[in-house]
Amino acid sequence: MTAVIDVQHLHKAYQDTVAVDDISFSVAEGEIFGILGPNGAGKTTTVECIEGLRAPDRGTITVLGLDPRRNRAELTQRLGAQLQDSRLPDRLRVGEALELYSSFYRTPADWRELMELLGLADKQRTMFGQLSGGQQQRLSIALALVGSPQVAVLDELTTGLDPQARRDTWELIEGVRARGVTIVLVTHFMEEAERLCDRVALIDAGRIVAVDTPAGLAEGLQAGQRIQFRPSVPLDDALLTSLPEVTSVVHRGDVVVVAGNDNALNAVTSALARNQIVARQLRVEQASLEDAFVALTGHHHDNQN
Amino acid sequence: MSVTAVPVGRRPAIVRLALTELRLFARERARFVARLALPIVLLVIFGSIPFYTQARRSLQGHSLFEAYVPILIAYSLAIISLTALPMVLADYRDKGVLRRLQTTPAGASRVIGAQLLAYLAVVAVTVVLILAVARIGYGVFLPREVAGFIVAALLAAGALICLGLFIAAVSPSAQAAQAIGTILFFPLMFFAGLFFPIPVMPSFLRHLSHATPLGAGVQALQDAWLGHWPHPLQLLTLAAYLVVCGIAAARLFRWK
Repeated sequence: MTAVIDVQHLHKAYQDTVAVDDISFSVAEGEIFGILGPNGAGKTTTVECIEGLRAPDRGTITVLGLDPRRNRAELTQRLGAQLQDSRLPDRLRVGEALELYSSFYRTPADWRELMELLGLADKQRTMFGQLSGGQQQRLSIALALVGSPQVAVLDELTTGLDPQARRDTWELIEGVRARGVTIVLVTHFMEEAERLCDRVALIDAGRIVAVDTPAGLAEGLQAGQRIQFRPSVPLDDALLTSLPEVTSVVHRGDVVVVAGNDNALNAVTSALARNQIVARQLRVEQASLEDAFVALTGHHHDNQN
Repeated sequence: MSVTAVPVGRRPAIVRLALTELRLFARERARFVARLALPIVLLVIFGSIPFYTQARRSLQGHSLFEAYVPILIAYSLAIISLTALPMVLADYRDKGVLRRLQTTPAGASRVIGAQLLAYLAVVAVTVVLILAVARIGYGVFLPREVAGFIVAALLAAGALICLGLFIAAVSPSAQAAQAIGTILFFPLMFFAGLFFPIPVMPSFLRHLSHATPLGAGVQALQDAWLGHWPHPLQLLTLAAYLVVCGIAAARLFRWK
């Protein structure tokens, strides 16, 4: 498969803070490529460079064989972008926005069909300012797709959507990919990355920590297991973190989540027994992308909303 | 409008953008009414006060009211171009409306061009309304040099709108744009003769007035009104504002 997006040694700094520090990756045709990382990791800066909205300080980027800065006119015809925090005029109606945006492109999609696909058909005459957050988000996705792009870059695709709308959007994105569109997805939802992405780049502090399939990232961990329980008495983390089998200990309310290698369960239960702590509601799971995230970035991931 | 001749779906993007802008302008009902109606209201007030409507020998037999009509036209040009336009455009930037457009093939020149077209249309409607009310309501004669009047009005509108686009380009925020526009509005209106007519200004102020876009605009409109072709110097002044501010606005245009 040929690379649709190729990023080599990308650097970008703002004043004195380095946002992106030597990032390289490439995205194959028809792939859904996830960019995952904590807030401020440099995800948005990276995709803004791909979209040609920002000039990199160093490094090269090609998208569909084009230079995103020098071949902007051509790139914008073939790359659809959904940005974080961009609004439309409050009094612009949904149908008007889609019709206007479709007029910018050589080969636009049928905007009425898109409006239906995104569940906005009954909102055609509703003004942007009157839409709910989720509806605005869906309109924003529709606008990114209205030019029938070959590449779609979606930043925080499902932020602000309720769980049902989120699942519907995932289905839509799978449908878009089935039509051969290459998709770059910036997200902080692990479930979303696991469900949609063929490969994921984990970014932390402006650098790529790992690039692999979601399953590959989880398997690649030393931690093969995730153990979850409610301790009968408050627990000192050091008791578990001192175990060589354990890679991380996280508290969620009164639940303790321990990630570790395949022998972790044995080690943890023995350590608890030695200290007369009973592990209630004990559950053992295989490591997930989320564990990989925590282990590789050292950040506890906040699953917002 | 001639664009209706183009089949739907084939209208150029710049025309669609301009029509969308006009639609949004019309939907801002309160502001819309204020901007279009205020000059008309002033016209009606001046027209009902005999002091303004008497013919005066000092004005070659014309009334103050007649002299004020071009000034009111300048006033509406200024209020639309210096307060409405920069605020709307800077607000689009603040809200990311422009940033989203930046990801499309629309391009900066089309976005700016569409603003220019849309506001030219608004200004044209306002000027026609003022002329109609002055003529029908108060029997003011219409401009005698029609072609000269149209050229002067177009150049004056273009100059003011480009000045507004320039303010939008350099303003860090919508509030700043509004503040700059308002601050500029009063001195420009002073030099347009809103407070006392240009001919009675001391010569120093008169010369200064002719160098400002509205001063030059009012002078050119008044000349055309009385049947003279506007002085080339005034038309050149307006054209210079149009070109310089237009180029500066396009160069300094920021999407975010």
